[in-house]
Amino acid sequence: MTITALFFASYADVFGRSQLEMEVPTGSTVADLLRQLHALDPERRLPPAPLVAVNERYARHDQVLRPGDEVAVIPPVAGG
Amino acid sequence: MRAAIVVTPLDPSAVLAEIAGVANGASLLFVGTVRDVNDGRAVSGIEYTTYQSMAVRELEGIVAEAASRFGTSDVVVEHRVGQLTLGEASVVIGVAHPHRAEAYEASRFIIEELKRRVPIWKREEYVDGSREWVDPTATRAEAAR
Repeated sequence: MTITALFFASYADVFGRSQLEMEVPTGSTVADLLRQLHALDPERRLPPAPLVAVNERYARHDQVLRPGDEVAVIPPVAGG
Repeated sequence: MRAAIVVTPLDPSAVLAEIAGVANGASLLFVGTVRDVNDGRAVSGIEYTTYQSMAVRELEGIVAEAASRFGTSDVVVEHRVGQLTLGEASVVIGVAHPHRAEAYEASRFIIEELKRRVPIWKREEYVDGSREWVDPTATRAEAAR
């Protein structure tokens, strides 16, 4: 199934883009997706367990993904 | 109550006018602005970016929670994103309440929650020409050493 990964701020710099369509096996969790992302980051600039939002809501890493989910990898926020 | 992420300059006096009313004995305005020094480095400006749809959702949640906890619907939060220069307002929080204690508490609650969970990021630009994404968790970790 296809998942859309979104990257912001310093993480967009890590991947050189702000969005990536990714193929993951049915039943994959957020943690599974993060493993794929870490494989794309040989310099290990992405932290081991970053904050993640699924469809605009903060999510645990054991959340099971569904086709078409929008998974945002969220750097430490710095608003205000 | 209202929450917004905008790219245009903020107008604190308009927010104050929006929340004020004869039922409210206390109207409180918090204005966060771009400071010229951070962690000892001379700052020339800040670029704010956001995950707009989620940020609006989170901000609206914080405003609704503040309204319910502190007992007023006269709550407005606006955060600006894009390129800001020194002294410009990045965030305006307006809270009005019949009494001052609740207004102060609600205003403090909103800015702390905003900094904790609204997906907004800032890249500081320094007088020496360099620029860096700000990581408040790294700053806290260093301060704790």
